[in-house]
Amino acid sequence: MEMFYGAMQYREPGVLLWRGFTLQEFANQCFGNKFDNGKGRQMPIHYGSTKHNYFTVASTVGTQIPHAVGAAYALKMEERDACTVTYFGDGGTSTGDFHAALNFAAVMEVPVIFICRNNGWAISTPSADQFRSDGIVVRGQAYGVHSIRVDGNDALAMYNAVNEARTMAIGEQKPILIEALTYRAGHHSTSDDSTKYRPGDEIEWWRMAQDPVTRFRKWIEMKGWWSAEAESEFRSSVRKQVLNAIQVAEKVEKPPIKELFTDVYDFPPPNLCEQEASLREAIRRHPQDYPPDFLM
Amino acid sequence: MWGIIRQRIVSRGGNPAAILNRSLERIPVLPAVYASRSYSSAAKEMTVRDALNSALDEEMSADPKVFIMGEEVGEYQGAYKISKGLLDKYGPDRVRDTPITEAGFAGIGVGAAYYGLKPVVEFMTFNFSMQAIDHIINSAAKSNYMSAGQISVPIVFRGPNGAAAGVGAQHSQCYAAWFGSCPGLKVLAPYSSEDARGLLKAAIRDPDPVVFLENELLYGESFPVSAEALDSSFCLPIGKAKIEREGKDVTITAFSKMVGYALQAAEILAKEGLSAEVINLRSIRPLDRSTINASVRKTNRLVTLEEGFPQHGVGAEICASILEESFEYLDAPVERIAGADVPMPYAANLERMAVPQVEDIVRAAKRACHRSVPIAATA
Repeated sequence: MEMFYGAMQYREPGVLLWRGFTLQEFANQCFGNKFDNGKGRQMPIHYGSTKHNYFTVASTVGTQIPHAVGAAYALKMEERDACTVTYFGDGGTSTGDFHAALNFAAVMEVPVIFICRNNGWAISTPSADQFRSDGIVVRGQAYGVHSIRVDGNDALAMYNAVNEARTMAIGEQKPILIEALTYRAGHHSTSDDSTKYRPGDEIEWWRMAQDPVTRFRKWIEMKGWWSAEAESEFRSSVRKQVLNAIQVAEKVEKPPIKELFTDVYDFPPPNLCEQEASLREAIRRHPQDYPPDFLM
Repeated sequence: MWGIIRQRIVSRGGNPAAILNRSLERIPVLPAVYASRSYSSAAKEMTVRDALNSALDEEMSADPKVFIMGEEVGEYQGAYKISKGLLDKYGPDRVRDTPITEAGFAGIGVGAAYYGLKPVVEFMTFNFSMQAIDHIINSAAKSNYMSAGQISVPIVFRGPNGAAAGVGAQHSQCYAAWFGSCPGLKVLAPYSSEDARGLLKAAIRDPDPVVFLENELLYGESFPVSAEALDSSFCLPIGKAKIEREGKDVTITAFSKMVGYALQAAEILAKEGLSAEVINLRSIRPLDRSTINASVRKTNRLVTLEEGFPQHGVGAEICASILEESFEYLDAPVERIAGADVPMPYAANLERMAVPQVEDIVRAAKRACHRSVPIAATA
C-alpha cells in the first residue's frame, strides 16, 4: 500500500475514517475515555494515530504546515515512494508558519501536497478580511510552488487533482499546492451560531445548491450505481452506528488517575510521585468531592 | 550561487542513499584534526568550539538520521564555526543552510523529528529562538504527552545563550529559566569542553526534545579533556550536576560561564579561609536537586549564581527546592546572585555592571557566612 504521512488541521476526520480509524475510536477520543488512544489528553476532535500515519492534531493554527514539510524532507532523504499531505483553511494561510513552510518546501524541493480548504470563513472572519490576494493559489505561485485552484465541492475534480499532485510530488520531488474552493455551510463549531455574522439565506443556498455529497450522489445515481433506497438505507445505518458508538463511548470509564502523570518522564521523579500520592489520599479522604466514575 | 548548484548536483542524481551508506560505514572520526595536536600522555586541551564540533561530527557519523539545520551552518561553516567542515564531509542533505525564519526551520525540524529523523537545529543565538518558541514548546515539548506516547520528538535545539560582549539587549538574554519551566523539555547548559562533548552527544542520542544552551564567550576557551572524554562513545548523563570544587563552608551553584566565575571566587575565598563548594549544574531541567540539597546539608549555606534576570530565575527554583527539602539545614538565608533587572545595556561600563562579577560572588558568599572581614586562621 502506498504511504503518506498526514499533518492535519481538525476538519479532516474523513481522511482518518478512510484510512481505517473506526467510528468507535472517534467517539472514544471525543469522550476522552479509557479506550481513547490519546489517554484523554486532548480536546475532542484532536485525533491522532501513529498506525495510520496521521500526526495527532494540534490546536495551534498553521503549525502543521512546516511539520509536513519537515516530514517530506525526511521522506526525500530516505528516498521513499511517499509524500506528505497537509490541510489548512483560508485563515491558516495568514500565519507566519504558512509562509515559511511554502518557501522552504520550494527551496528544499520536497514531496509535500498542501491542500487549502478555502471555505470563505475563519470563524466569523470572511476571507475579504483575511487577505486581499486572489485567494491562496497565487501565493503558492509566488513562492515557486506549482499550484492549482479546484472546485472543492466537486469530488471527482478533487480526486483527479490530488491524484495528479501525488504523482508529481513523488515523481518530481516537488511541493504542490491545491486550493479547494468551498463553503463552510455549518457553524465553526458547536459553540458558534454563524447566523449572527452571516445571512441565513446565504448558508441555505450553499447547502442546497452546492453540497458536494449531494452532487456526487446525483452522479452515481445517474450512472445506476446508487439509488434513493440505497441512500436512505445507508444513511439510517450509519446514523445508527454513530449513535451507538457515542452511547457506548459515553458509558466507558475515564482513563485512570495514573495517566495524569505518565508520558512526561520515563521514570516519575520524586515531586510527581508525591503529587500523585497526595491526590490519591485526597480522593480517599473526600470521595464526595470527586465524580463517582473516577478510575483509580 | 555555488551552494545552490552543488545542492542540485548532489541531491538530484539520487544519491542520498549513497551518502547514507557512506555514513553507515562508520568513517573513522578525527577529533584530533580539530583539537590541539598533543600526543603525549599529559592531559589534552580542547576548546569548547572544537568539543562541540567533534561531538556533532561523531554523532553524524554514527547515525545517518542525524542532520544539522540552521542559518549559515553550511557554506559559512557556522556563524560561530561550530559546524566547521561538516558540510564538506556530509553534504548539503545533512548540513542544511536555511532561509531566515526560525519559526519555519524549527517547525520543519519538528516535522522531520515526528517522522523519525534526528535534527540538530541551530539558533544563531537563543534570542532568536523566541521566534520559534511555539514550535519548541507546543509542537516539540508537549507532543509526547499530548499524543499519549505515540509521538516522540528526537530533536536538539542548540546555540549560544546569555550575554556575550557588547551585543546589546536583543542579543544578550538568558533563556535557561523560561525553557527550564516546561515539562517535556530537557534543558542542558555545558561549561567545560568535557561538558560540551558529553552533553551534546547525550542530547543528540536522546529520544526527546533537548534545548542545549551554549555560551559564545566560552567557545574559544580551552579545557583539559581526558582520554575517556575524547572517545566517540563518551556521553554524560542528563540530569546530573558536577561538583567542580569540593568545600565545606558554603555551596555555590552555577551554570555555563558563571561556573568559571564561581571557581575564581572560590579561589579568592579560600585565601580568606572560606571553603566554597562549587556545583556546575550542567542540567537545568531536570535539575539535580539531590546533589544540590546534599551539598547544602553539608555546608548549611547557599549562594545561587546566574547571568539571567532575577525574577523567576533558575536561582529562584533552587531556593524553593532547598526550602522544601532542606530548610532545617540552612544556617543563613540563601543569597541569590543574578543579572540586573534591566535589558542589557551596550556601553562596556554599563554592561559590566549588569552581569555578576567575581567580586559580587565573593561578597555574597561572605554575607552567607556572616563575615565581612577576613579571618586570621582557618577552622
